[in-house]
Amino acid sequence: MHRRTVLKGMGAAGLISAVGFPAPAISQGASARTLRFVPQANLANFDPIWGTQYVVRNASALVWDTLYGVDSKLVPQRQMVESEQVSSDGLTWTFKLRPGLKFHDGEPVRAKDCVASLTRWSARDSMGVMLKATQKELTALDDRTFKWVLSKPFPKMMLALGKNNTPVAFIMPERIAKTDPFKQIDEYVGSGPMKFVKNEWVPGAKAVFERFADYKPREEPASWLAGGKRMLVDRIEWVIMPDPATASAALQNGEIDWWENPIADLVPVLKRNKNVSVAIADQLGNVGSFRMNHLYPPFSDVRARRAVLTALSQEDYMRALVGSDDSLWKPLPGFFTPGTPPYTEEGGEILKGKRDFDAAKKLLAESGYTNQPVTCVVAQDQPITKAQGDVTADLLKRMGMNVDFVATDWGTTGQRRAQKSPPGQGGWGMFHSWHAGADCINPAVYHAIRASGDGSWFGWPKSEAVEAQVTAWFDAKTLDEEKAAIRKLNKAALEHVVYAPTGFFLAYQAWRSNVSGITQGPLPFFWGVSKKA
Amino acid sequence: MLGYIARRILATIPVMGIVALFVFSLLYIAPGDPAAVIAGDQATPADVERIRQNLGLDRPFLVRFGEWFWHILQGDMGKSIFTALPVWTMIEQRIGPTVSLMIVTLLLAVTLAVPMGVLAAWKAGSWIDRVIMGFAVFGFSVPVFVVAYLLAYVFALQLEWLPVQGYTPLSQGFWPWLENLILPSIALGCVYIALIARITRATMLEVLSQDYIKTARAKGLAQTTILFIHALKNAAVPIVTVIGIGIALLIGGAVVTESVFVIPGLGRLTIDAILRRDYPVIQGVVLLFSFVYVLVNLVIDLLYTVLDPRIRY
Repeated sequence: MHRRTVLKGMGAAGLISAVGFPAPAISQGASARTLRFVPQANLANFDPIWGTQYVVRNASALVWDTLYGVDSKLVPQRQMVESEQVSSDGLTWTFKLRPGLKFHDGEPVRAKDCVASLTRWSARDSMGVMLKATQKELTALDDRTFKWVLSKPFPKMMLALGKNNTPVAFIMPERIAKTDPFKQIDEYVGSGPMKFVKNEWVPGAKAVFERFADYKPREEPASWLAGGKRMLVDRIEWVIMPDPATASAALQNGEIDWWENPIADLVPVLKRNKNVSVAIADQLGNVGSFRMNHLYPPFSDVRARRAVLTALSQEDYMRALVGSDDSLWKPLPGFFTPGTPPYTEEGGEILKGKRDFDAAKKLLAESGYTNQPVTCVVAQDQPITKAQGDVTADLLKRMGMNVDFVATDWGTTGQRRAQKSPPGQGGWGMFHSWHAGADCINPAVYHAIRASGDGSWFGWPKSEAVEAQVTAWFDAKTLDEEKAAIRKLNKAALEHVVYAPTGFFLAYQAWRSNVSGITQGPLPFFWGVSKKA
Repeated sequence: MLGYIARRILATIPVMGIVALFVFSLLYIAPGDPAAVIAGDQATPADVERIRQNLGLDRPFLVRFGEWFWHILQGDMGKSIFTALPVWTMIEQRIGPTVSLMIVTLLLAVTLAVPMGVLAAWKAGSWIDRVIMGFAVFGFSVPVFVVAYLLAYVFALQLEWLPVQGYTPLSQGFWPWLENLILPSIALGCVYIALIARITRATMLEVLSQDYIKTARAKGLAQTTILFIHALKNAAVPIVTVIGIGIALLIGGAVVTESVFVIPGLGRLTIDAILRRDYPVIQGVVLLFSFVYVLVNLVIDLLYTVLDPRIRY
């Protein structure tokens, strides 16, 4: 029984109109041109350089375009760039823009906009920082041409400018791009396929994008951030839904069209609904992380870190994360994303086979562990960290460790993990996180695998063997050289236990059956997505 | 009376000042770092520090408090750390849905709960009394989110009579506005209905046992006249007090209700701001709630004089 049936049956339509209630008529054409999307998180800010959260990157990909874009084979392709020339010594890159590119305010995209945008980006991105360190000159030659002169060849230039990992090298008008990279922009003008409707933005509730009529897509078929970004809807509404049960009900009811990250518990319900389609969101998935503090005992000793790897059961972690659906996880005896060219299990024996608690306890004793508390900082408001934290508490106790379990929220974890003080004085022993598989495909974007001490990610691992292989990868000129460097890197990182991978897991996305064109990838790609009335 | 109102309004100023200091201090000592949240997982510690400096979060407590309080005195609540929007703009965006939700909930609760309480008192000890008090126990005991999910499942998902979520401004039509508020108001109002019904019953029982009610009955007055004109008016003071106190309950409940029904109100704004450590927004919203609460108490105090002519200020 539907409300409208009831209203009709009661002959209430006339009464309703008589008292001035609007009739519940919805324009089917307008409805089909509007896509209602539930993103993974709230779009709390909208500066993809200042704030590097994935949700900001995903929204930004609609509004701002890039010089290059990686395709589904992880190969960077030309996007705003028409052509590029590299000098024979590899030190001078000259880029020429496609003709007819326009910003949403009607101004043409000029080379000087690219120079300002790349300057801002290179202050925040790790590959950008490397480029900047060798930069001799970055200048516009004319409206459509600019050159980048370096003191050292940088073979990964196109990857740097086209990667989808945050921060992405989005091109903004010069006046906006001149903003300090550590300050937020307040004007959202891009040259991407959709315009941001600022006056309809209610942070925490809604963000709206409208089709940019003057956008000129490339001729090639769309593939991730590359190819022709053809918009088949006029308006995209991002509806922020903090509660998964509500999002599930809204999708089943047809109140929303596409839900980026349904939780595993609700997927069986969605699969039973004939009006809803469910599929893996991104085959690159995610890598779970058990991050240890290398500065203080017990994890300052590599034997204590190896003890964790010896006892750690990735199956326990993955089942806590995704439940009984075995298609959603894989063991990961290494650090790199399964199914991608660099994937390797070199040195991964320690994570394979039966878990050996006796050997772990022996290693722990050899490390000089004296029953000091291990401060486990576990964010309870993130299902992924909470589930991993519960398994870890049990694991460490079974290894005979004294667990100081700090149940907190993600905001506090973010602050506490940056503390270098000892665990008993505001510091920490370990925390959990996870890395998007797209960020675990090479050392350029994989901050968590770096081991340069103070400059590396939280936990501050230091290993010359690891860093030597990172350098080897950057210097590699062929895919075989890259693969060789990554194999050695994987082995060195496991020997040093830069961090403990807890497994590889996938997540779903779900959409109404009248929506088509949704693809798998590390972010939701809206081009090519259409909706029937 | 006017002098009393003026004095009460003036008395809110030191109250608000204390609230401001308390909230600011609490947030200062609470763990968490908005700069770390903004910078994201890939940021280096140096990046986080630069953002913190740009946000002015590295300055001493007294400097930050003094600057914030000075701006508050000028009516400027500052800007959100995350959105860069003025806090007042964010509150303006969100106040409509919350006020709508509270008005509908209050109307629903008062129009249901007061007659229920009167009826339970009139039929004290009967099955009607037990059913109403049973409902009151249910309303108190079941958490708001459980009621919310049950209502959404039955009336939105199964029967498809009402939408699962969302909010439509009143400017877009009365029915679209109301249909989004019916389920949230029932969910939010359950505990409120239970509270008012129980207080109404208890107060009415006391009043109904008094001599003047017996006299009214002896005079042959109709039962409804006795209950709603003579008895209820004399029982109204504690009922109105509970309704006023209950507004604090509503503010708390609105946080959960707005999350479940995806209503873009102040409750969700508060939660989002707390989780992200968006200090200016938290401070602004808490100050606003405090002011509303002080104002509600003033209105209730004034209502006493209307309901009971013996009360004079």
